[in-house]
Amino acid sequence: MSAPPINKMARIVGIDLGTTNSLVAYVDEDTGLPVVIADGDDRRLLPSIVGFTPDGLVVGEAARRQLARRPADTVYSVKRLMGRGWEDVKDELRYFPFKVLPGEGVVKLAVGGREVTPPEVSAIVLRALKERAEAHFGEPVEKAVVTVPAYFNDSQRQATKDAGRIAGLDVVRIVNEPTAASLAYGLHRLGQGVIAVYDLGGGTFDISILRVKDGIFEVLATNGDTHLGGDDFDRVLMLWLLEDIQARHHAELDRDCVDLAHDNEIMQELRLAAEAAKIRLSAEERTTLTLPLAGFTYHRVITRAEIERLLDPLVARTLGPCRKALADAGLAPAEIDQVVLVGGSTRVPLVRRRVQELFGKTPHSQLNPDEVVALGAAVQAQILAGGITDMLLLDVTPLSLGIETLGGIVSILIPRNTTIPTSAREMYTTSVDGQTVVDMHVVQGERELVKDNRSLARFELRGIDPMPAGMPKIEVTFLIDANGILQVQAREQRTGKAASIEVKPAYGLTDADVERMVEDSFTYAEADVETRLLIETRNEADTVLTHVGRALRQAGPLLGAAERQTIEAAVAALRAAREGDDRDAIRERTTELNHATEHLAEAMMDAALKGALGTRRADEIMENS
Amino acid sequence: MTDFFEVFGLERTLAIDGAALQRRFYELSRRWHPDFHGAASAEAQARALEESARVNAAYRALRDPLARVGYLIQLEEGRATAALKPKAPPALLAEMFEIQEALEEAKAGPLDDAARAALTEQRAGLEARMAEAAARIVGPLSAAWDAAAPAGRPAALNALKDALATRAYLRTVIDDLTAALDPTDATASPGPPERVGGRGGHVGAPHQ
Repeated sequence: MSAPPINKMARIVGIDLGTTNSLVAYVDEDTGLPVVIADGDDRRLLPSIVGFTPDGLVVGEAARRQLARRPADTVYSVKRLMGRGWEDVKDELRYFPFKVLPGEGVVKLAVGGREVTPPEVSAIVLRALKERAEAHFGEPVEKAVVTVPAYFNDSQRQATKDAGRIAGLDVVRIVNEPTAASLAYGLHRLGQGVIAVYDLGGGTFDISILRVKDGIFEVLATNGDTHLGGDDFDRVLMLWLLEDIQARHHAELDRDCVDLAHDNEIMQELRLAAEAAKIRLSAEERTTLTLPLAGFTYHRVITRAEIERLLDPLVARTLGPCRKALADAGLAPAEIDQVVLVGGSTRVPLVRRRVQELFGKTPHSQLNPDEVVALGAAVQAQILAGGITDMLLLDVTPLSLGIETLGGIVSILIPRNTTIPTSAREMYTTSVDGQTVVDMHVVQGERELVKDNRSLARFELRGIDPMPAGMPKIEVTFLIDANGILQVQAREQRTGKAASIEVKPAYGLTDADVERMVEDSFTYAEADVETRLLIETRNEADTVLTHVGRALRQAGPLLGAAERQTIEAAVAALRAAREGDDRDAIRERTTELNHATEHLAEAMMDAALKGALGTRRADEIMENS
Repeated sequence: MTDFFEVFGLERTLAIDGAALQRRFYELSRRWHPDFHGAASAEAQARALEESARVNAAYRALRDPLARVGYLIQLEEGRATAALKPKAPPALLAEMFEIQEALEEAKAGPLDDAARAALTEQRAGLEARMAEAAARIVGPLSAAWDAAAPAGRPAALNALKDALATRAYLRTVIDDLTAALDPTDATASPGPPERVGGRGGHVGAPHQ
């Protein structure tokens, strides 16, 4: 299957830059199989979360732990903002606890006392993966294949490439996530035939239909929604919990003048609790949620049936794109030989059921849905490195590419689902005598009117020799490369002169922007290991302090005076230690405070359960749930 | 303009063995796809990109028998795009007039059950006609082109053009009916791309 490369090229790794988690993988030369690289603690997934602290950056698990502590400075799900403008995202911004500003074209995030763009945040995640791979190989890693949702448009792909550049990675190929997954499966598990890849991740949904034959993976059609995923599941559940809490505890909330919806920290905790409950309910029929809040504890049993009612409209939104992709491929559901599930959200039983109903067959999910995209990216990397020569991926462009014509109507040059690379040529001329500049507007999308589509860029053809109107013949070539990214070339045919093109990306960074960010990224270096550990320890201390603070406020009657004094002393000791730089001291004081509050925690839990479920004790309930 | 039949080493005939075409497409893809030229010189990479774009465009133009006819007409007439005007078949004019009237009414207000049933039935009838037209194009009319002596080719080409124009007309009326019957579905789904009269043959073809 894989032969050693004849001209050994530089190592290329495969990266899945996900909404929720990111991974790096490579193909093992000995076995010919793709492998995910773990970090020093044997963790394979890197949460795509970046924390900005006064002491430096934290990435991944460390950043995840400070989500509820420093909501305003901890960026998650930034993939949803990649290559997007203010108008695209303004409606969902109120759910993000960090501040997003309308930049020029691209949005900006105001975090940690500075402004950064989404590609810069993604670059921090990419750099962490690059370092992880370098630690594994013991040598520099400079080239990568990076995956994107198949339904990403040109701006979103370009933003991903920019992120790579800022991270010091040469992104040799952008590959679509569902097609990458098919490569990972294709190695051993799929025979010939037509397959459908259903990819529901943290923030995006893709469906791709492929024909696999003689080592060729030919994408027939793709469709999707770049704003639909597990994040949306969590949000619906979070809002439902919020309503439920407000309904059940309005007395306490009114008494303490607490506005849950406007408390960033509580909303983050609620979001994380919703996510955790969703995950538990994929394996169990019911789960118990206990959430200590300001002045009271929220306690609730949630059943799978309950959340399925809430999630069903979201899951239903994936079926339309599936049907469209089938129609574009000219196939009926019954003509699909195999269905493959990709992305963490396909663990939700309701999703599996709906997919099975649509295609009428049991979907494949043997490969870990969190890892399969990275594994496929590694396979594609190995193909590009010359290590695999019998497999070839023929992908398509997901959206039609067109230019604006008179009256704001789109003239389509390259229809959606055209195999890439592909090109189209158009002739332009001038409309006034002596005109030396011609404008054009490139759009992407399926709608008839320019205003309903995504504006990709405006191009100015310059340096046209002054001639009577209609005389110049300028040939413009639109080329979509194997990354699905647009390149434009122009030539004046009479003089043979290449006309110069000035590209103004509508939602992208200019080359100068990216250069500057590459420079800046060195000054925004990640905190060193010691500082990072210190930040983590402090974050953990902060979490404990917050919880104890809340518990003390609401648990007055449960505590004796002596016990309260002990706890207050431990709190004071931890607060003092937290101000210093002695990591061990902070950790010891944290442990001590935890010990001091053990009885309080038990008492509260018991009181909460009694309150919620009558007089049964906590251990009884645990046994029965 | 580039002759996509030549890309696959084929004559300008409409009878093409689909499986053989796909095999040849895969062979040419393996030869030219940029994935296999990553270590080559910049010049060779640019060549691979261009060739692979051409192979893809050629396969798109020829793989579907109906799209193939559209491309042939375009190639024979030396046009950049297959801007084929939909044309109402004379034999159906009276019936079409009736449908247009019903459509106008449907736009004016909500459909009652009887009107809905009538429009649905008409749409089914038109769909059957469209399928007939397609069968005639890829069947006898295509065979007539392949068999025609050089002198008979213009007539064979015209017959293909007329049949394609009729089919395109039926397509638009069916789309209008679908939009009237189920407005949400019509806006949500633009339907599969219409290959006939599409712009698959655009590569290498400057506007005139």
